[in-house]
Amino acid sequence: MDFTVALAQIKPKLGCVADNCALVEAAVAKGIAEKADLIVFPELALTGYFLKDLVPEVALAVDAPELVRLKELSRKISIAVGFVEAAADYRFFNSAVYFEGGETRHLHRKVYLPTYGLFDEQRYMARGEQFRAFDTRFGRMGMLICEDMWHLSAPYILAMDGATTLLCLSSSPGRGVTEDENLGSTIAWQKLTSTTAMFLNSRVLYCNRVGYEDGVNFWGGSEAVAPSGAVVQRGKILEDDLVFTRMEEGALRRERIFSPMMRDESLSITLKELQRIDRERER
Amino acid sequence: MTGLTVNTDLLRRVLVGFIREEVRKIGVERAVLGLSGGIDSALVAYLAAEALGAENVYACTMPYRTSNPESEAHARLVAESLGINYQVIEITPMIDAYFERFPDASNMRRGNKMARERMTILYDHSAAHAALVLGTSNKTELLLGYGTLFGDMASALNAIGDIYKTQVWQLSEAMGVPREIIEKKPSADLWAGQTDEQELGFTYREVDELLYWMVDHRCSRQELLNKGFAAAFVDTVSAKVQNSHFKRRMPVIAKVSNRTIDRDFRYSRDWGK
Repeated sequence: MDFTVALAQIKPKLGCVADNCALVEAAVAKGIAEKADLIVFPELALTGYFLKDLVPEVALAVDAPELVRLKELSRKISIAVGFVEAAADYRFFNSAVYFEGGETRHLHRKVYLPTYGLFDEQRYMARGEQFRAFDTRFGRMGMLICEDMWHLSAPYILAMDGATTLLCLSSSPGRGVTEDENLGSTIAWQKLTSTTAMFLNSRVLYCNRVGYEDGVNFWGGSEAVAPSGAVVQRGKILEDDLVFTRMEEGALRRERIFSPMMRDESLSITLKELQRIDRERER
Repeated sequence: MTGLTVNTDLLRRVLVGFIREEVRKIGVERAVLGLSGGIDSALVAYLAAEALGAENVYACTMPYRTSNPESEAHARLVAESLGINYQVIEITPMIDAYFERFPDASNMRRGNKMARERMTILYDHSAAHAALVLGTSNKTELLLGYGTLFGDMASALNAIGDIYKTQVWQLSEAMGVPREIIEKKPSADLWAGQTDEQELGFTYREVDELLYWMVDHRCSRQELLNKGFAAAFVDTVSAKVQNSHFKRRMPVIAKVSNRTIDRDFRYSRDWGK
């Protein structure tokens, strides 16, 4: 079905869950007012990014009142939002939850926690163990959190699992000022979202935050990318934005007819070769 | 040189946004900085005025009796062209009073004392105006350790600490910093006739090119030699970077507890902001 997505390019306050919930709920209200069907927030929208030792303090159990409120709001608009999840065994995950119709449709725990350069995620958080597509009223979807998308296998698995829309929740730090009019990280992400959509004949809905934390900027530039790889809509660079885009079912249908790579993709060859590689590595 | 050339519109946007957001999230509207008459502080003044509005920027020039009068004239030129708040505060009485007790003190001791005297004035003005102190050390100086610890290196926020001197020149041109300030020889003006490049023994353009490959690209020594940098130059600069590292770190704390500040007690400075 056709649907309108809102990409909420917000500026969370570091470690302030209550303030960020207010920010998220305000964007949800705007999304509802503008008749959006789905609203996507950035990675760690409820907490901010460079949390370090704050991780246990800002973590929420999946049934925390803050999340239950959003789940209730999802009767009016589907919501994908990033937060720190406290598991019952006191592991903490960089998670994204998808609420729809007052229910939790999916919880994704970030698998690839970057721990290099300016990133330190795996020092503080536990790694997720799976990529699973899930059904929504807009068709089958998959969720990725930022670095997940830089691993080719992650969106591939979701697409093979039937996802035709990939949501990517991101907190991408801006870096790399050169002669180009864009930051190095912007250029890289724009290639990635478009190429991923094109390879997998899938929509990519990318939501990146803005603001500064300890001198690090987050560059925004959220995108709705068509299954052809064409960018339908792009959010402002380095500024708050709420981007509404109409996603056409027809564009997906037509792309899948014109470029049926996913139809022809051989799961069994891929699997067989990966298993061989695995066996050979064991030796 | 190509690697050091920057898109000045983008850089300006990132740095102006940095000052605006990092100042305001603390709950203040104003910033204070020392305006030396040199290009680094001139550029920071331009960025700050754009970020916060000229009326919210407080600049001080703090000359000593041996300071080059041209420095004060250039500082005034910057302040007047931006319309920021401006004050001249002589540090001669404070410095001379102290060195009466140590008449044999070296130029280095005197220069450091002046830099720290200026720092105390800026932090006093920070409290007086509810304004954050903006740093004016660029990446070249910070990497070489060419600055006074707790003196000109002290600040709350540094907008230009990740851009090389060569890039400071580029951005200053784009922002309309007066030409005479861009074109004059960089000097710490700690004693008469001093210039940075003479004291360092190489030019900023040379060292920026080397630092860019050494630091930003992590080229090995052999790769740097292959690029045509002289071995002695590579070694001198590497040693300067290493030996000045203490200036870029917080004071070292002896660990005895299970949670020591900055080692296993880790929070961003923007905690709760």
